Amino acid sequence: MTLTLDAPRFVETKPLLTARNLSKSYGDVQALRDVSATVYPGEVLGIVGESGSGKSTFLRCLNLEETPDAGSYSLDLPDVQGNLFDLDRYGRRMLCATRIGIVYQNPHLGLLMGHSSSGNVAERLLVAGERRFEVLRDKARNALDASEFPLDRMDAPPIELSGGMQQRVQLAKAIALEPALLLLDEPTTGLDVSVQALVLDTLKRLQQERRITMVIVSHDLGVIRTLSDRVMVMRRGAVVEEGLADQVFQDPQHSYTQQLVHAKL
Amino acid sequence: MTPQFNRDAPVLEVRSLSKGFTMHHLGAQMAAFDDISFQLRAGEFLLLKGRNGAGKSTLLRALYRSYLPGGGEILFHSSHGVIDLARAADVDVSLLRKTEMGFVTQFLTARPRVSAEALVAEPLRLSGVAQEDALEQARHWLDAFGVKRTLWAAYPTTFSGGEQQKVNLARALILPRRLLLLDEPTASLDASARAALIDRLSELKSRGTAMVGVFHHPGDVAQLIDSEIDLTPDVKSLEERENVVV
Repeated sequence: MTLTLDAPRFVETKPLLTARNLSKSYGDVQALRDVSATVYPGEVLGIVGESGSGKSTFLRCLNLEETPDAGSYSLDLPDVQGNLFDLDRYGRRMLCATRIGIVYQNPHLGLLMGHSSSGNVAERLLVAGERRFEVLRDKARNALDASEFPLDRMDAPPIELSGGMQQRVQLAKAIALEPALLLLDEPTTGLDVSVQALVLDTLKRLQQERRITMVIVSHDLGVIRTLSDRVMVMRRGAVVEEGLADQVFQDPQHSYTQQLVHAKL
Repeated sequence: MTPQFNRDAPVLEVRSLSKGFTMHHLGAQMAAFDDISFQLRAGEFLLLKGRNGAGKSTLLRALYRSYLPGGGEILFHSSHGVIDLARAADVDVSLLRKTEMGFVTQFLTARPRVSAEALVAEPLRLSGVAQEDALEQARHWLDAFGVKRTLWAAYPTTFSGGEQQKVNLARALILPRRLLLLDEPTASLDASARAALIDRLSELKSRGTAMVGVFHHPGDVAQLIDSEIDLTPDVKSLEERENVVV
């Protein structure tokens, strides 16, 4: 049974993010097959799937770290036009620094582990052109504060911090420039359950207070259920199902989604 | 803010609605309900009856789109216009859930480090009411449902089941909506909270909110009921409902 839904009629805003028919192969392995997604301003899209489903590859494409073999990607923002995969390296770097924030599962990918935490956040602002020391320090402090990072530790390097605190530094760096889009790649995987709940709570708060548009990738259904408005289920590089979060979890249509949901503790 | 919805204007027209579940691991399909039709006007209360397993809660969830309807139409007369909820885009359903259609259960989804009053105020805040105003109304409703004042700023994750349920009702009913779906909200409520709930439902009803409800003890809401549908299948359709191996 496949049911096609109508196109949106009441939502008046245009999607912030539109990705169309992304495909990507690494040798014989097809990591993405015709993956499309739209995300509206203020929405949280969750992507679930097991390891190797292509969900992280898709997120790296959205962060312009990867270029798919085919497909287009656009963001509905002033001064941002066309297919973002057509941008050169400089254009990509500026767009990512100013409009897109990302939090990786592994803080080593997102942070300079030996530099101060405040410095890590300020670096993002430097890339965007801010040079005034006081402004840098102030904005870094505000972003760390909004991420509920203890400010008395803002000069400690991430390497001296716990996993939960490292994720807060990444988050602060990601939101320092108030990005239009926040990408989260397994942001709580590997953290203790109690720390995980606190990081999730911080994300939820930020989302509600700032209406940040988010795409979150996780194999943890609880994390996706807590944060997402809509959910996309990926398997072997393709989207097998998408829908409202409660619907996908309560009434999964695809056999793979049913397996996933039933396997949850 | 006291929205009024035009009394007697149509709110919901359900036509030949059906829902079944495909259980892939069993290779089986199970029908939940079939060919349901009814109409609901502003200020009307429809009671869903039927024995356990007749599909009452399933129907409520299909109307809210937590379950994907299999066939038929759910025409909802929203402030934006008429839309078929059985086919509406996910983002449109999300939008309507924020302001126009509510789902009331007996269970609270508490979140760590969110106070009772903030949780109750949230639906107002999401619909655009300013923080302080929303909190003030939240306190009023916590009080009305009998949550002790000392608990208002505390985190409901630690509350007893009964107190959580009161917080849940305050949250679910704080924002007047065009359509309310009620899934046994009176179950295990104490007498005074039940009375507060009936009061609030009567008030919302008199202001034009249309309601569809499942109640284990319909006597609780007897004075609110305008019409009833019995979902218990007759013998013939029972035979048709037997698991069909596909």
